[in-house]
Amino acid sequence: MWLTSKIKQILMVMKPGVVTLNYPAERPPVPKNLRGQPVWDHQKCIGCGGCSDHCPSRCILTRDVCQELRVMLYDGSRCTYCGRCADVCPEGAITMSNSFEIACDNKEDITTRLELFMMTCQRCGRCYEMEKTNAIDRINLKGFRYDNLEQRAMVRKTTETFSPDMLKESDNYQRPSEK
Amino acid sequence: MLKKLCKKMFSKSIWVYHCNTGACNGCDIEILNILTPFYDVERFGIKLVASPRHADAMLISGAVTRPTLPLVKRAYEAIPNPKLVFAIGSCATGGGAWFDTYNVTGGVDKVLSSVNYYIPGCPPRPEAILYGVALALGLVDKQAAPVELKQMEFPIDMYERNEAWEKRNVIYELLK
Repeated sequence: MWLTSKIKQILMVMKPGVVTLNYPAERPPVPKNLRGQPVWDHQKCIGCGGCSDHCPSRCILTRDVCQELRVMLYDGSRCTYCGRCADVCPEGAITMSNSFEIACDNKEDITTRLELFMMTCQRCGRCYEMEKTNAIDRINLKGFRYDNLEQRAMVRKTTETFSPDMLKESDNYQRPSEK
Repeated sequence: MLKKLCKKMFSKSIWVYHCNTGACNGCDIEILNILTPFYDVERFGIKLVASPRHADAMLISGAVTRPTLPLVKRAYEAIPNPKLVFAIGSCATGGGAWFDTYNVTGGVDKVLSSVNYYIPGCPPRPEAILYGVALALGLVDKQAAPVELKQMEFPIDMYERNEAWEKRNVIYELLK
């Protein structure tokens, strides 16, 4: 009697087949709406800091290293993958990718660091105290400053001592092209 | 290095003690999910045990809250050496959305001396936990890497310039 019941059991087990996913060997496609690790497009980002304002776990940090440079740090260790940053971003620079295989043995591995060039006031620059270092700087700062390096030949340079060559060079600075 | 050690020490089955340190049960459900026949983690010889004294590894889910802090420490000390610690979920890895609140210590690594593997996610998918386990066993390679993006290369070294400016203008700092 027990033998027949055993055979029955075996048949019952054989019927559904193997359901186990052979995970690390074969990887099934991820669901469409999965929110994985957020990915930044640094060319689109304007550095408004909206994502860091809205992040519920405050894992996007904004650091102003100096006037022209803003560093955005994404600390993935406490990110809850809510997708709020991607919703808020006005330029669509943040997308929630579908990569979830981000297990690591070091927290630094899930961080993203963005260095953004911040466009400054294009007039005199008087409102920023970074500008008013010395008189030579003010002479040097004539005309406009640009946020597009490809279209221009000028980068504002400062030197500790006054250099007449640099002043002469500044006469040839190009104006930004109209778009 | 760690991988080699893992292979040597844990060449047989890893017995796992699951410790909820104030999680919302999301991560715990996913941990139970990987024990189901679909994700069957016992393929790797991993088994859930009730006592930390039987365990080789500790799965910690949840930001370590103040009441559970001494208990977590005791459970950690009860595991015989060598031991592995897995931090599962974003609460355990870095504290989650409560990383700086008054009753949360904020992450396992602030409590325990060493955390071997972090598995972020809120909650992590069962595949993600399996991936972390496979990473510990040396079956897969690590995919995550720190990303650095720059909009442009600066001809002037901005950091140095900024530091020089700060040094020159210490008086502004004093006046604030």
